[in-house]
Amino acid sequence: MAEVDRISIRGGRLIDPANRLDREVDIHLADGRVLAIGEAPPGFEPERVLDARGLIVCPGFVDLSARLREPGLEQKATIASETRAAAASGITTLCCPPDTSPVIDTPAVAQLIQQIAQRHGFARVVPAGAMTRDLDGKQITEMAALKLAGCPVLSQADRSIRNAQVQRRAMEYAATFGLTLFLHPQDPDLTSGGCAHEGRVSARLGLPGIPEAAETVAVARDLALAGQTGARIHFRGLSTARATVMLAAARGRGVQASGDVAIHQLFLTEDDLDGFDANCHLVPPLRTRADRDALRHALAAGEIGAICSDHQPHDADAKLLPFPETAPGISGLETLLPLALRLVTEGVLDLPGVVARLTVGPAEILGLDLGHLSPGATADVCIFDPNDGWIPTPETLLSHGENSPFLHTQMHGRVMATFLDGRIVFERASDR
Amino acid sequence: MKTGHPQLDGQGNLKHFLTIEGLSRALLVEILDRSEGFLGVTLQAVKKVPLCRGKVVANLFFETSTRTRTTFELAAKRLSADVLNLNISTSATAKGETLLDTLRNLEAMQVDMFVVRHPSSGAAHFIAAHAAPHVSVINAGDGRYSHPTQGMLDMLTIRRHKGDFANLRVAIVGDILHSRVARSQIAALNILGAAEVRVIGPRTLIPAFAEEALGVRVFHDLREGIRDVDVIIMLRLQRERMTNALLPSEHEYFQLYGLTAERLGVAHPEAIVMHPGPINRGVEIESQVADGPRSVILEQVTNGIAIRMAVMSMCIGTQNIAMQADGKTDGETNG
Repeated sequence: MAEVDRISIRGGRLIDPANRLDREVDIHLADGRVLAIGEAPPGFEPERVLDARGLIVCPGFVDLSARLREPGLEQKATIASETRAAAASGITTLCCPPDTSPVIDTPAVAQLIQQIAQRHGFARVVPAGAMTRDLDGKQITEMAALKLAGCPVLSQADRSIRNAQVQRRAMEYAATFGLTLFLHPQDPDLTSGGCAHEGRVSARLGLPGIPEAAETVAVARDLALAGQTGARIHFRGLSTARATVMLAAARGRGVQASGDVAIHQLFLTEDDLDGFDANCHLVPPLRTRADRDALRHALAAGEIGAICSDHQPHDADAKLLPFPETAPGISGLETLLPLALRLVTEGVLDLPGVVARLTVGPAEILGLDLGHLSPGATADVCIFDPNDGWIPTPETLLSHGENSPFLHTQMHGRVMATFLDGRIVFERASDR
Repeated sequence: MKTGHPQLDGQGNLKHFLTIEGLSRALLVEILDRSEGFLGVTLQAVKKVPLCRGKVVANLFFETSTRTRTTFELAAKRLSADVLNLNISTSATAKGETLLDTLRNLEAMQVDMFVVRHPSSGAAHFIAAHAAPHVSVINAGDGRYSHPTQGMLDMLTIRRHKGDFANLRVAIVGDILHSRVARSQIAALNILGAAEVRVIGPRTLIPAFAEEALGVRVFHDLREGIRDVDVIIMLRLQRERMTNALLPSEHEYFQLYGLTAERLGVAHPEAIVMHPGPINRGVEIESQVADGPRSVILEQVTNGIAIRMAVMSMCIGTQNIAMQADGKTDGETNG
């Protein structure tokens, strides 16, 4: 990583949705900040000039959920391996859920993760602190201390709190300190034992089902509690049409709620379970085509403001089992951008719309001043070629997780360079 | 990535027998016809044919079973194969790598065919996908998904009593949700062209979207559901269903869904009664019916051996074709 402080990126199409900017214009970075858009200030002498003609220049992506598996599950992945994969995917900030081992329920663990990430320097890691100690769903954590230790949000990862009173108290206490709660909207009892959407495909394949109501029951409860407590909540990984409607209605009533969607939920459906592909074992499960279309619609309408990778790298053994016994999740960092760009080709969003949901949208949900390129902003920048074709294989992936149903399929869109705090953290060797 | 049919070779021959779903009517009829031939063998004084001589069959049971394992063993022995029986407990800690490791170890012992029973849906597909190319996998029941030899032995039993499937009305009664037997029967009946397949049970035991997903008519009332049917298939009710809010009691279940001689009266006068066994007398079926003249339950067991002989010999036959083809290809390349 070259220590270059002053950089000019010239001739690219600059897309900065936060500033409604989409045109061919130069951008200049200095001392880790955006110095200027357009003309460089008089006397500015860049140490490095990048030719971005024909490329897109945009804020670095902000990913609301990426498991790094460190500390505790290093056989699956490490902070070093996964942040390096993130940098190569244009992702400069990622939020890691608290289900590490030990759990992120103390300032020490939150700080450890950030320190390891800083030492490697590939991406900014924002830990989501636990809402309850050891994610036990009973005793709330020292939330104020977690906030001071760098956790802007709190979460239960996928271990939703069963007890509504505990959930209510967690919301009230978090709201005291302006902490947003990232909620996994799946009722634990209705989800228990299931491994597939309860529908036509699970009926035929005899896979234990997870009903749509597993999500809507949880969303209804948490929207009611958020309305009651005034807490700010965010639904991580919506999967059903009905939940998107419930969210939109509650937002209309002034409930402080937002939602995101994992990128794979916008493409895959329950039909992809035919043949028992363990890489399509997900929580929440892949649902119907109608659900997928509704998620796309909510995304286009802005009711869902962020797309995330929901990156869950696994070791090979975790998937070498009969379908119901496999660990759920997709290794998603490196296919986030090309899949998101498919939303443009499939007419769901325009390119600035896609960039917004990968940058300023998630940054606002995190409550961080990131995801835009206003002068003076943190110089997190991604430069990508939207047309470059490539095929992900285990050999091309930098993530230690090779669990993806998108391996060996054609992708379009590749990151050429990534800047974090004005430093080049990734640059693709190019024959341009 | 789905490449081709998971259980057929390039020429459409049966390589594995994992599920009835997706197979052609012609192939199912071939299995039935071949089984008819083997029914003769089972009545001979010397009950052996040499179709699988020199082959090694491993019964790999991750779930306990007496009847199915025994009939597979008998079937393999009547085909002159050598048989290994392995009962592997699936405690929560002893799974995962054990499954693939067990497979590799057996392959190293030159096993030609795995007969697999496993508590997880999709396990047979998983094993077939990871087995060595020369090995065949026969599903002896995986989770709630499929038990194809049971499905086919039931078809053989029905055909021997009713002839053609075209005008048949068949009712399957009980726990459809958890039943791999029901899923295999339904798939087979639909492929063979049965006029109507009905499933009967309380909503807790019928899968969501069953009508469209499975191609059946759903009834919640036993009398209504078995009216005028030609075949009644009673499913075994697992006792643990009482403990997880699916059913209140065996008593109420029998009151509503138990097959009694009196209720049998609303079915077609020549209706036959089937059950995959083992029977819970007084829970799903009255003894008078189970042992009565309309019951074909013991015939099902006999037919099970013939079906398993048919399927095993077909899969081994496909292996032999592949070996000959390899030989020919080698010859051509060398020549």
